[in-house]
Amino acid sequence: MTEHIDSVKTYALVLIALLGLTVATTLVAFVDLGNFSVVVALAIAVTKMLLVALFFMHVRYSTRLTKLVIFGGLMWLAILLLLTLTDFLTRGWMGVPGK
Amino acid sequence: MSSEAHAHAEETLALREQFDTAEQQKDASTLGMWIFLITEIMFFGGMFAAYTIYRSAYPTVFAVASSSLNVTIGAINTCVLLLSSFTMVMAVRAGQMGKRNMIIIFLILTLIFGCIFLGVKAYEWNEKYVEHHMPGQAAFHLEGTPLQGPAKIFFSLYFAMTGLHALHMVVGVGILLTLIVQTRAKKFSAEYFTPIDISGLYWHFVDVIWIFLFPLLYLIDRHLPK
Amino acid sequence: MTTAVLQERTHYLNNGYGLKSWLLTKDHKRIAVLYFITISIFFALGGVFASLIRLELVTPAGDLVSSETYNKLFTMHGVIMVFFFLIPSVPATMGNFFLPMMIGARDLAFPKINLLSWYLLIAGGGFAIFAMMAGGVDTGWTFYTPYSTTYSNTYVIATALGIFIAGFSSILTGLNFIVTVHRMRAPGMTWFKMPLFVWANYATGVIQVLGTPVIAVTLVLVFCERVFHIGIFDPALGGDPVLFQHLFWFYSHPAVYIMVLPAMGVISELVSTFSRKPIFGYPFVAFSSVAIAVIGFLVWGHHLFVSGQSLYAGLVFSFLSYFVAIPSAIKVFNWTATLYKGSISYATPMLYAFGFIGLFTIGGLTGLFVAALGIDVHVTDTYFVIAHFHYVMVGGTVMAYLGGVHYWWPKMTGRMYPEGWAKLSALFIFVGFNLTFFPQFILGYLGMPRRYHAYPPEFQVLHVASTAGATVLAVGYILPAIYLAWSLRYGPVAGSNPWGATGLEWATPSPPPTHNFDRIPVVTHEAYDYTAVPQEVEVV
Repeated sequence: MTEHIDSVKTYALVLIALLGLTVATTLVAFVDLGNFSVVVALAIAVTKMLLVALFFMHVRYSTRLTKLVIFGGLMWLAILLLLTLTDFLTRGWMGVPGK
Repeated sequence: MSSEAHAHAEETLALREQFDTAEQQKDASTLGMWIFLITEIMFFGGMFAAYTIYRSAYPTVFAVASSSLNVTIGAINTCVLLLSSFTMVMAVRAGQMGKRNMIIIFLILTLIFGCIFLGVKAYEWNEKYVEHHMPGQAAFHLEGTPLQGPAKIFFSLYFAMTGLHALHMVVGVGILLTLIVQTRAKKFSAEYFTPIDISGLYWHFVDVIWIFLFPLLYLIDRHLPK
Repeated sequence: MTTAVLQERTHYLNNGYGLKSWLLTKDHKRIAVLYFITISIFFALGGVFASLIRLELVTPAGDLVSSETYNKLFTMHGVIMVFFFLIPSVPATMGNFFLPMMIGARDLAFPKINLLSWYLLIAGGGFAIFAMMAGGVDTGWTFYTPYSTTYSNTYVIATALGIFIAGFSSILTGLNFIVTVHRMRAPGMTWFKMPLFVWANYATGVIQVLGTPVIAVTLVLVFCERVFHIGIFDPALGGDPVLFQHLFWFYSHPAVYIMVLPAMGVISELVSTFSRKPIFGYPFVAFSSVAIAVIGFLVWGHHLFVSGQSLYAGLVFSFLSYFVAIPSAIKVFNWTATLYKGSISYATPMLYAFGFIGLFTIGGLTGLFVAALGIDVHVTDTYFVIAHFHYVMVGGTVMAYLGGVHYWWPKMTGRMYPEGWAKLSALFIFVGFNLTFFPQFILGYLGMPRRYHAYPPEFQVLHVASTAGATVLAVGYILPAIYLAWSLRYGPVAGSNPWGATGLEWATPSPPPTHNFDRIPVVTHEAYDYTAVPQEVEVV
């Protein structure tokens, strides 16, 4: 089995990117972006997650099965969030309280 | 590989009887850990669902409550955790190369960063207690909003999410201690370091959870005047 | 094979005798036996609660127990039966025992974790039994907030903790199965050569892994609300109890498929073996298991039609719920098509399989009634719903469980059960079950609400019929407990393959040796290929 050993430089660069993104997300929170601020915050968080997953967790070299498992997990999280939201976001549509 | 026979001896040493090859065993362990991690995604997912619902229901209260958290400490703590992830992956790298001393050094560093994170977290919780921001407190009060109920919900979520995250960190610290002892006992080599590898996955996963918790809890509409 | 020979050979049962050799075993077969004993005790316990409920309902007045006690009875009946019998039932016993054997593996991928999962069930069960002894819990097995978080004075915390712990038992079983199926198959055992029982347990594993954590965290939050007085579901703070129901049913609806999918896997094995034909449309049945696992996660909102959920969400969930009927129907049709021109034998396991197909069909079709928004408003929280899910869980899962136990009994113990008694008890169970639960459909339709210990006298005839049926059913359940125990010592010695079945588990001696196979088999035949039935040389 061939092990992929990344260089220290790769990991260090990823770390610097992660720290930079942390500073960026903190600073951008003080800027008024309206409804986009949550989008930006989540976009940065997702980027950081991808960096950690791809490099630190070696997903780059993982089998297709592992990638499928991760994708499945995220899909199910999306199911939980989105189908729950179908209820809460449509509560007001009827104009009847509680419906 | 330089010495086939030696490698084979090491392999059979660590190979459990239900497996045929060391590779099969490593694959199974890694897959098992990933599946465990998706159960963790769903575990935190329940709280993220609650968070999503209540933030969309009470956006202004959440912004006010979020602004009462100490963003500087939060950001620094995030960096500490990211550093611990870096040292963890360096420990795994040392494992890949079979350098036991390096494994121990990086595991201890990871442990230290993890403990700093937990210490800072404890300090923050104490601050919340002093400020009467704990939802269980009779004297609970949050300045800047008449809606004290939803404010309590924010802090309930804050304590539930950071609390369960911290609990995972504590488990992680236990795992690190075990790994350090096992490495000292020369249990690992370049051929067999699966426990370090999959513990690394766990540690990074806990880090990823925090990567989401930080903006969701600390950074809601900071631009609004307090 | 004579008794003497049976005792001489080393197999998993006589490979070590002390208590320690059982409690510290890593052998999946021994762990399966531990599970079998454990959940049999839980089943008996849940059955006692059910009997008390039925006895109370013989008369319209609430005279046998107080309403508070009655609340505790139905709660504990639900908690024990759902979390400590039905969820582990088929996967933890027969799945544990036969899944590795069917794919030609020496054990599951993680034997220690497998043992840990049994201890977790014991620990969780310990908490639940403690709660019962200490005074019980009265929230219903659903723990709806804010009653469970704020108002109930009973042992909610201990029970929730018990379910939380048992949940991890279920997660670890599922995780173990998934990894085992992916990584431990014997050479030549491709995905489409696996027995359908393995497919079913694999799909179940996916649900266990993805669904269970959500109820775990939900119960943690309920726990924290009671202990630390945080408020996430508390309407007094502006929280939404319906959110609890969303999170609860995100797990608990798919949990129905955790209960019934492995049972369907058992039925696939039984129908094929006892009609000596490969399952008609094998790939469809295999994929329907996966489809049920996936679609099962999209329908939970049909439990919330009258809970204050938005009507639009209700429409979406009602619509999606109908889709589960498709893979379920595929299974039923394909089993039926397998029977066509088959060489059918009416051994006890097959009787249970017939029972399953008929009763599950009724349970499934009435599921469509309650998934329809309009009808559901009428029958919500009535005995119609009770009857519906008992047709699925008892008529489905328990029937398949008993069928599987009889089918694999000779493999697990090396002894045959007495066929005459077994057929008699199968008959008792079928008749008793229908007599118990069919009247409940009518009761519910007429408006009898669930969870009441007193009712108008107009309903008495049907309630008495139901209780009479429960008595017959109880006899049907007690009989196997007696004759199966008897057969351990006096049953005729079974050969390695008494049914002439396919499948690698029948290619081993009965009971199997500790590592299942002396040599790992190489698989060349399709599943259910009756031209290649494994035949060990037998000297009778």
